Amino acid sequence: MSLEKYYLGIDVGSVSINLVLMNERQKIVDKLYVRTEGKPIPILKKAMEDLSLRNGENIKISGVGVTGSGRDLAAVMVGADVIKNEITAHGVAVLTFYPDVRTVIEIGGQDSKIIIIRNGVVSDFAMNTVCAAGTGSFLDRQAARLNIPIEEFGEMALRSKSPVRIAGRCAVFAESDMVHKQQMGCPPEDIIRGLCEALVRNYLSNVGKGKEILPNIVFQGGVAANQGIRAAFEEALGYEVMVPEHYDVMGAIGVAILAQKEVERKGSTSFRGIENMKQDFKARTFECQDCPNSCEIVEFKADDKTLARWGDRCGKWAMKIEEKSELRSLA
Amino acid sequence: MVITFPHMGKMYIPVKALFDELDVDIVIPPKISKKTLEIGLKTCPEMACLPLKINIGNYVESIKRGADTIVLSGSCGPCRFGYYGVVQKEILRDLGYDVEIVILDPPREGIKEFWERVKKISGNSSLYKGLRAINKAFKVCEETEKLLQLVLRQRCREVHKGDTDRIFNRFEEKIRKVKGAQAILDCIYETKEELENIAVDNKKRPIKVGIVGEIYTIIEPYVNLEIEKRLGNMGVEVHREMSVDGWVKFHLSPDIKFRRRQKRILEEAKDYLGLCIGGHAWETVAHTLNYSRQGMDGIIQLLPFGCMPEIVAESILPTIAKDENIPIMTLVVDELTGEAGYQTRLEAFVDLLHLERSRKENEFGKVLSWN
Repeated sequence: MSLEKYYLGIDVGSVSINLVLMNERQKIVDKLYVRTEGKPIPILKKAMEDLSLRNGENIKISGVGVTGSGRDLAAVMVGADVIKNEITAHGVAVLTFYPDVRTVIEIGGQDSKIIIIRNGVVSDFAMNTVCAAGTGSFLDRQAARLNIPIEEFGEMALRSKSPVRIAGRCAVFAESDMVHKQQMGCPPEDIIRGLCEALVRNYLSNVGKGKEILPNIVFQGGVAANQGIRAAFEEALGYEVMVPEHYDVMGAIGVAILAQKEVERKGSTSFRGIENMKQDFKARTFECQDCPNSCEIVEFKADDKTLARWGDRCGKWAMKIEEKSELRSLA
Repeated sequence: MVITFPHMGKMYIPVKALFDELDVDIVIPPKISKKTLEIGLKTCPEMACLPLKINIGNYVESIKRGADTIVLSGSCGPCRFGYYGVVQKEILRDLGYDVEIVILDPPREGIKEFWERVKKISGNSSLYKGLRAINKAFKVCEETEKLLQLVLRQRCREVHKGDTDRIFNRFEEKIRKVKGAQAILDCIYETKEELENIAVDNKKRPIKVGIVGEIYTIIEPYVNLEIEKRLGNMGVEVHREMSVDGWVKFHLSPDIKFRRRQKRILEEAKDYLGLCIGGHAWETVAHTLNYSRQGMDGIIQLLPFGCMPEIVAESILPTIAKDENIPIMTLVVDELTGEAGYQTRLEAFVDLLHLERSRKENEFGKVLSWN
């Protein structure tokens, strides 16, 4: 029997679901990174079961935090103590490991962001606006085109001697540029390095527009695994770029830390328990026909009990709305 | 003759008062919904700005309910809005609707031309009746704005979540059913009293956010995904200088005091932007500066995708943010219905403002303890 307290952080993103198990001294005990595959409910359920199997029965989870674009869904499933947006979560995590950081570059599957930190607090941030060029999905797609596993992408880029120039402003332009360079006979590693540079250029001129990027710089998110991108950033910025050990789960770490603070403050957890993850979770959608807005309402059930509803603009279906907004404003 | 007009926030309230007083029949377009937007998307040029598309949706929905004349407020400002009336006429003709469009804008020819246009849509009213109606509509306009400002004040302070929204929703249902300026005013006063009496936490010092940007986007809750409600329910006090009332006072009424104040705000921004470059860019820059000096915690700029004047303003704002040391965030809205990203940005911005405030207070505390 272990008496130590553990905190769980869950980040339900568009591309991956990340789970982090942290002890009360904020050390990462275990982490799990699985693909969302567009099915957050069964994947999260399975991930929770896997995590509990791997760590045995004697682990007591004392608090849970959720973040990511699927945070509302996950919060209802697990019974979260803290629901927090990704930006704040990332900020909290990075400041815990790098108190001196001044710029955070975060590139994930669907979005990329920059967080500016001054004197140990988040002072500014930006996210990509209307276009997905410059995110992980763009790289994923190009890797698939070239038939190169994404894991080898970065290493190949480093082998390039003379990168070719590829348009980075738009994924469509980049593709036609790439095809052209391919047909000219440029070697794949030069094209890949060119792609990395294009992505970095696009990031700096879109997301990083008008921001003062000062060292220390931390690079995190799924794309930080790509050494080619990291090298391209270092070249473009002229500073060293650090990649944290747990670069791919920083959001989950952030909410685990926030959950710990919250549970210590209120003295108990809302966690529904690992055993309850075996319940049958079902989501049902229907269109409300009471006004021309025809909101799509999602109803979420565990076994036969309705846990929550959302998606309505007027608020009449969202019966749990008060509880949720209370959670948001905490921490 | 049955008159209709596009929606712009709560503009329909004073407009209704005006036509009720003139004894002219009107159709208030149904509340903007997904259907409204869909009509606009299907029938308008793709690169047109969002307000134009939603306007067309309003017209079509109203025409189906019996309207045959459209009244549109215009602006001589050099942005695309200046062409709305003409372009919308063409679009409606292409769709096969035979309707008349009357544009009410501050005419160069002065109040006489304005009066001519009003006469066209005012039935057989006498001059006296017409002026009286306008006067009453001005009053309704002013009182509506006061009510909206009260909503902003109460929502972030309410003790029982949802009180403010519930009372205001009821008001909007009621107002469509009453007739005449006096009845509308009574309805406004009644709601005001109700709102003043809800339980609020007056000791609370909420985070204050100023909203700047293109007027339609700021005022119309459907378009800005109900930013006022979202922020208010996070406990943030929203400040919004732009309003229908302000527009009317600035362009149509002889309220000199109000004009002077607005001119002063605009002139104070001359280091950043010293002239009108179309749309509301100058106001955006000037109000940002003014809000910052009023002690707001942060500022949010709203613009419809592709709005040229606001894009120019957007590029000026970072300089103000640096000089005044105030966080500014720009949000671009388009025909989107995915709200997750929008909510994330708002939440993160509010978190940032909370942190910033506690940092400032700590520093202040330190200064005090040294004494």
